[in-house]
This record gives sequence, C-alpha cells and structure tokens, in this order.
Amino acid sequence: MKQIEVKQLQVFYDKKRVLTDISFDVYSKDYIAIVGDNGSGKSTLLKALLGLVPSKGMINFNVKKNEIGYLAQKDNSLKQFPASVFEVVLSGCIGQFKFFYNKHDKEKALQALKKFKIEHLKNKNFSELSGGQMQRVLLAKTLCTTKKVLVLDEPTTGLDSKTIKDFYKIIDDLNKEGITILMVTHDIEASLLHANKILHINNTMHFFDTTDKYRECEKCSLVRDMYD
Amino acid sequence: MINHIIEMFSYTFLVKAIIIGILVSLCCALLGVVLVLKRYAMIGDGLSHVSFGTLSIALALNLMPLVFSIPIVIVVAFLLLRIKESSKIKTDSAIALLSTSSLAIGVCATSLKGGFNIDVCNYMFGSILALSKTDLVISAVLAIVIISVFIIFYNKIFAITFDEDSSKASGMNTYFYNALIAILTALCIVVGMNLMGSMLISSLIIFPALTAMQLFKTFKKVVFTASLVSMVCFLIGIYISYVYAIPTGASVVLANLFFFLFFHMMGRVIK
Ligand SMILES: Nc1ncnc2c1ncn2[C@@H]1O[C@H](COP(=O)(O)OP(=O)(O)OP(=O)(O)O)[C@@H](O)[C@H]1O
Ligand SMILES: [Mg+2]
Repeated sequence: MKQIEVKQLQVFYDKKRVLTDISFDVYSKDYIAIVGDNGSGKSTLLKALLGLVPSKGMINFNVKKNEIGYLAQKDNSLKQFPASVFEVVLSGCIGQFKFFYNKHDKEKALQALKKFKIEHLKNKNFSELSGGQMQRVLLAKTLCTTKKVLVLDEPTTGLDSKTIKDFYKIIDDLNKEGITILMVTHDIEASLLHANKILHINNTMHFFDTTDKYRECEKCSLVRDMYD
Repeated sequence: MINHIIEMFSYTFLVKAIIIGILVSLCCALLGVVLVLKRYAMIGDGLSHVSFGTLSIALALNLMPLVFSIPIVIVVAFLLLRIKESSKIKTDSAIALLSTSSLAIGVCATSLKGGFNIDVCNYMFGSILALSKTDLVISAVLAIVIISVFIIFYNKIFAITFDEDSSKASGMNTYFYNALIAILTALCIVVGMNLMGSMLISSLIIFPALTAMQLFKTFKKVVFTASLVSMVCFLIGIYISYVYAIPTGASVVLANLFFFLFFHMMGRVIK
C-alpha cells in the first residue's frame, strides 16, 4: 500500500532554494535510508514531509498524522528541560484526541524504556543524563508515538557502538512488525545492510531505488568513497 | 506581626487585593513555566509594555481601559508568536522595539492629555487602592479558566513544551495551544497590571518558574513549586508593603528575588 506520495517537492528558506524536484513514494513496510552530504537538505526534507516547514509540490499521506513518530536531529536546546525520564517517554503516548494516560500507555512507555535498556533511568532527571542516554530516552519516546511510520533524523548520533547495534536490531524488528521506516543517516554501510531502499539527495533527487541497485550505482559517490 | 495581619484583614480593600494578588500570582506562575521553557519569557515583558501603552491611550481618550486594552494586547501576543515562527526577525529584538515604542506612545498620549496623573502612575507601578470589584471578578474567572486549562491539557502542554516539532509532526494542533497560552498570558498581564504595575508584572511570569527550576528537575514539581512560591511571595510582599508603606508591586518583586536567590543557593548546596 502506498503510504506517502511525494511529487515535485520544493522547499525554500526565505528566498534560498534548498530542495528541488523531489519525488518518491513510500510503501508500507518500506525501510528507506535517506543519505547525502551535510547541508544537502535531508533534515529539511523530513520537516517538509511532516509539515514543519512550508513547501511547494504535492505530499499525499495515506496514514493519519497521529500514526507517525518523528525524532528530530539532535539539538541541544532540550538539555535544560526539567522533566523526569518517565515523564518524557510517556509524553510520546499523547495523541491528537487524547488528554490523559491510561495503564496501557504506562505499560507501553515501560516497554520502550526496556527496549533501549534504560529502565533503571526511569526516575532520573532528564537534564542530568549523558548525551547518549538522552538520545535513548528520546528514541523510546518516539517509539511510543509510532503506530505506522517512524521518521528518524540521524538517530544514532552520540550512541555507543553496542547501543547502535541494539538500535538497528530494534528498528529491524519494528520493520518486520510492519512499521515503515524513514531514516536520515550518514552510516552508508548500515543503510546498505538494513534498508530496502536508498534515497540519496543533494538538494535535488540524486538516487532513489533499492539498496541493491544503489550498490551498483555509478554516480553515487558515497558508495564509491567507501570502497576507495 | 500577628497584629499587623489581623489589622490588614480588617480593611476590605486589602482583602480584595490579597485575593486578586493570589489569583494573579498563581495564573502568572503557571503560564510562566510554559513561557520560560519555550523561551518565550520576554513575551510577558513586551505585552506588559504594550498594555501600558494601550491603557494610557484609553485614559487619554476616556475609553474603558480594559475593553480597549485586552483585544490589542491579544493581537500583539499573536503577532509575537508568529515572529518566533519566521526566522528573519529575532524575537528578542522585536520585543525590545515593541516595548520601548509602546512605552513612548503611552508617555506621549499621557502628556498630551495633561501630564502624569495618578491613574497613569498606577498603571506603571500598580496600586492596590485602584483595584475594583470588576478586577476581582475578572481575576477569579481567569484563574478558574487557567487552572482548568492546565488540568485538562496538562499532558498536551508538557508534550508541546518539551518538543513542539514532534508533537506537530504527530498531528497535534500546536498552533491552537500556542494561541491559547498567548491569549491567557495577554489576559493575565492586563488584569494583573492594576495590582503590580506594567513595569513589574512580567516578573510574576518569569521569577517563579526560574526559582522552582533551581531546585526541582521534573515538570510536575516545577509547576507545583512555581505556583506555591508565587503565591507565598505575593503574601510576603503585600505584608511588607503594608508594614513599611512601600508599593506592593515592588515588594512582591523583591520577595520573588529573595526566593530566587535562596533556591539558587540551596540548589548549589544540594549538588
Ligand atoms: N532554518 C533555516 N533557515 C535558513 N536556512 C536553513 C535553515 N535550516 C537549514 N537551512 C539550510 O538548508 C540547507 C539544508 O539543511 P539541512 O539541515 O536540511 O541539511 P542536512 O542534509 O540535514 O545536513 P546535515 O547532514 O548536516 O544534518 C543548508 O544549506 C542549511 O544552511
Ligand atoms: Mg540534518
């Protein structure tokens, strides 16, 4: 089933054009890795998809907004926020038409904490965690929100290698359970291993097809760099 | 001290001022937690100057002060929120421009109409003598509305304050909640101005939240502590202002400053 349809997407910041001519389709159970250089517009693409920045062109959603979980690229402004880890993770369960948490939500939040092996941090203060711990808490929060589509922007930033391994396993499992994954990453190797499709952008569409085709792609410098 | 307190409660206008003060302090503290965490703290300051400007004009033109001010201040609150969303103008500089311009407009309107009279002075630094029964009713209604909003929308407010983008991405109507906070802040400031004065009212928004955050690190505790501290500071402030015959607004701010320093020190000791 086609879940997201993007046609001729353009994004401007003030007058500066950041994305041109982006078109691709996302089917349910896709696992798409979005790659490209710094400043190529990956984060902008996710924000435009989710309606966080204005864009031109067509974006069609076949899923409800409240079935989408989104984790932005790491920003340090959250560092000072007074909240307990559990308050943060539970806040992922809030929905469009939901005002209070029930037992089920609390259970879900606990499961998410367990998945990222941070249940011992449950009552800790969020602002006093290490960078990697914070990222795990935010991932757990995002997991609570996700019902059909998971959108992640460089989710492995700041995680240790063991946690990164666990992370890819968790995402693989979710994908097998039927969750669609859209992930911005600089880790080409892992993308080739885990994703079924690659979207390579450099302010415009550079490549969009299956992982296998990407391996053989001549113009895809990122792969060439890797084998150089 | 007990005698002073008993004496204070024998004046109806003081009792009225105490009730209004507690309600306004509570409202400002609740909104303040959200505003400070969203880095909107200065909006309170901008809005209070704007309401000074509009109230001066209302006085000069013999219009009903609140009826004239409230809509304008609400509109400005919306505009400030929009500025935050667009990247071109920085919010803090925009607010500085707005504050000083409003103040200038207020001062000009005042002097054209015959200079500083007692009413204008009251709007600048507050006066518990100027409080009317209408103020009492409005602040009670406002307090009920704000407390209800915080109870019903507590989890949404947390989610949006913590991470507006991901809330919006998941379909939450963040614009509605921001607008709600902006309107309530505007109302709170206009209503609290008779009591605290336009130069001082924004401290009721900023201080309690910052004070609570010195010691407490979870959202719930910060919300409760800020509310409590704000009300306690008001009581201390009005008591001091009664005993030493100094303006209430100023002594409330000083009580808040004292609590902030105390909490800050405690926070350091505990760490
Ligand atoms: N808020 C903004 N205002 C103006 N320009 C912006 C803004 N955000 C990003 N840009 C510009 O848009 C371009 C794309 O930025 P974007 O953040 O999407 O890149 P990215 O591919 O995610 O890079 P990275 O790998 O570093 O995360 C950059 O040139 C950046 O300077
Ligand atoms: Mg990025």
